[in-house]
Amino acid sequence: MKEVILIKNGELALKGLNRRTFEDMLVKNMRHRLSGIGKFTFTQSQSTIAAQPVDEDADFEETVERLKKVFGIAAFSRAAAVEKDMETILKCAEDYLADDLLSARTFKVEAKRSDKKFPLKSPEICAEVGGYLLRKYPHLSVDVHEPELTVNIEIRDQFAYIHGKQIKGAGGMPTGSAGKAALLISGGIDSPVAGYMMAKRGLELTAVHFASPPYTSERAEQKVHSLLKQVAKYSGRIGLWVVPFTETQELIKDNCPEDIFTVIMRRMMMRVAQIIAEREKAGALITGESVGQVASQTMPAIACTDNVCKIPVFRPLIGMDKDEVVIISRRIETFDISILPYEDCCTVFTPKHPRTRPTIDYVEECEKALDVDRLVKEAAENARFVSISAY
Amino acid sequence: MEAYFDNSATTAPCAEAIEAMNFALRECWGNPSSLHRTGNKAKELLELSRESIAKRLSCYPEEIFFTSGGTESNNLAVIGAANQMKRFGKRIVSTSIEHPSIDETLSRLEEDGFEIIRLKVDSHGKINEKDLFAAVNSNTILITMMLVNNEVGSIMPIASAKRAAMAARSPALIHCDAVQAFGKMPIKPSALGVDLMTISSHKIHGPKGVGALYIRKGVKIKPRTFGGAQEMKIRPGTEAMPAIAGFGAAARALPDPKKELEHVTMLRDYMVSHLEDIDGVVINSPEDALPFVTNISIIGTKSEPMLNFLSERGISVSSGSACSKGKKSHVLAKMDLDAKRLEGPLRISFSRFTTLDEIDYLITAIAEGRKKIRQTK
Repeated sequence: MKEVILIKNGELALKGLNRRTFEDMLVKNMRHRLSGIGKFTFTQSQSTIAAQPVDEDADFEETVERLKKVFGIAAFSRAAAVEKDMETILKCAEDYLADDLLSARTFKVEAKRSDKKFPLKSPEICAEVGGYLLRKYPHLSVDVHEPELTVNIEIRDQFAYIHGKQIKGAGGMPTGSAGKAALLISGGIDSPVAGYMMAKRGLELTAVHFASPPYTSERAEQKVHSLLKQVAKYSGRIGLWVVPFTETQELIKDNCPEDIFTVIMRRMMMRVAQIIAEREKAGALITGESVGQVASQTMPAIACTDNVCKIPVFRPLIGMDKDEVVIISRRIETFDISILPYEDCCTVFTPKHPRTRPTIDYVEECEKALDVDRLVKEAAENARFVSISAY
Repeated sequence: MEAYFDNSATTAPCAEAIEAMNFALRECWGNPSSLHRTGNKAKELLELSRESIAKRLSCYPEEIFFTSGGTESNNLAVIGAANQMKRFGKRIVSTSIEHPSIDETLSRLEEDGFEIIRLKVDSHGKINEKDLFAAVNSNTILITMMLVNNEVGSIMPIASAKRAAMAARSPALIHCDAVQAFGKMPIKPSALGVDLMTISSHKIHGPKGVGALYIRKGVKIKPRTFGGAQEMKIRPGTEAMPAIAGFGAAARALPDPKKELEHVTMLRDYMVSHLEDIDGVVINSPEDALPFVTNISIIGTKSEPMLNFLSERGISVSSGSACSKGKKSHVLAKMDLDAKRLEGPLRISFSRFTTLDEIDYLITAIAEGRKKIRQTK
């Protein structure tokens, strides 16, 4: 008996003629994500991909954990692949699913026969397997409507696959299938969640972090590394650009009115991020903003920020409450990292009474005190690249 | 230039400690409980370390029990004493500025039905002795108090604890967390009326992972770990010989605390007089603090940028206790200092290896940082 993983890709099946491209991308992503565990062969047929480890000792538990986080997978299951012979199938169902069968009270059998040369028809397979398991596990009874366990038998071209419980996948679209975007990440709770959500829709991520030593510490940057490492479990490898931002922030502090400080800072960040996005061939920016969460995220403030953006800015959290964001950040395990108490670029020089309804005219007037072009150019040029992988 | 001013967090291991640990790992790796020669060699080293530490506390070697460090010793002392004494009463008296390994443990006991009194401190980081006498009643079973505060260096009137217990006719045991004091000032638990005392190795240039609890002869507490007969069953488990050997060697290498104190007081006074010349600097430590610890605030300059600024120049200071990194200092908050001071506290802590050159370097860097770092309003 060989053990394999059967992967059902949900939404991908809807993609018509592009399906093959999407599937290939998913397989590439899976192969990359599992590379530390061992080599796998992937076979695609109908809407199922079978992943089989080449190496007998591959860690299946870890494989399952990693696949749970790959976007583009609706559900998957661990399955036994055996010869297409009824006696072998019965014996394997009895042994391979022993734990599931022992812990269930009711069950049913579902069979699929894509190899029409197989002598038994699907209902006949169900009847035979069901009867056999009832004899071997007398505590069970059949319930075809709401069974605690569904035993699946799939007769395919090469093998018969036997599997029990399905594992829910991460859903979404394969990372990269929608292109690439640049995530602005500070170290707080929101930006990693925003990155995760856009990766779920198939965007590959590159990240931009603004560092202002000595106001921010090395630990603050390490915290961003840790956050991205966690996001990368879902999104795949992330290229991080660390932008030196001290001079810009000090000059804003010295030359601009305090009440507009944050909005100007964010406009500067957007300008630098766009240069980096261009360098990375990313077609959009991603931020963790949510309307009204802080003064720089009111509608007029966002309008001032957007005013300098020539590419779309995706804000997946725009209509979410903080507690809704926290729920996701706990689920993707970025929350505990986010709440480490290091000063980040956004909290340096926070004004006491920021303007909540800035106008573009006012902001532009205030910005005249800065050599915007030089600062943006230098910050982008001096950015440092770090490659972040999950495993 | 590198200058390390975070000796209240941990100290660099001294050459003697490193040598002793090497020796223990190479020559005395046996199990001290084994009866053969290999075991005996380890046992001898274990007892030598115990004697060296006892000598520093002017106590008997059999009053020293090795643990994994300050936190474990504090936990063992407080919970062990509470469990031993609970039939006499439920009240435990402590202070509001204890280390988390005392404070959190007391909160745990509070959940179990003990009554915890945390005495307030004044702006010098000290409790009022009258409050202490008022808080201790006949149902009090434990008084636990640190000798030197880890953030501001204030010295607590620990000797009054026994007197307060006697005045209230209470059977209370007296525990003293002396982690920040051991090796830095003359300490004799019996003279202080202390029954239990916590000390730690890595604050006196020994290795991490080892500490001790002094338990006065005749005093009983309940163990928290069960197993073999090591450490008189108070703390069973095979002894961490290399670390204990390092601890013993570090204790032997300690200079005469009186002379040491004079020297470090001179260094502290020199530093403080120069720091006070820098715009915005205020000293949070009381004048009679242990000179090894000096807590300052720079009004208008936050701790974190200053800390990073100094770190870039090879200078290590901290913004508070390493055990609660990043959080606002609970000690300064309890001292009821001006809110402006809480924004930018820095803890500068010396060791016996601190030099005048290092202090000059620090003063210059703080003055430079004060000018360069943009101020808060």
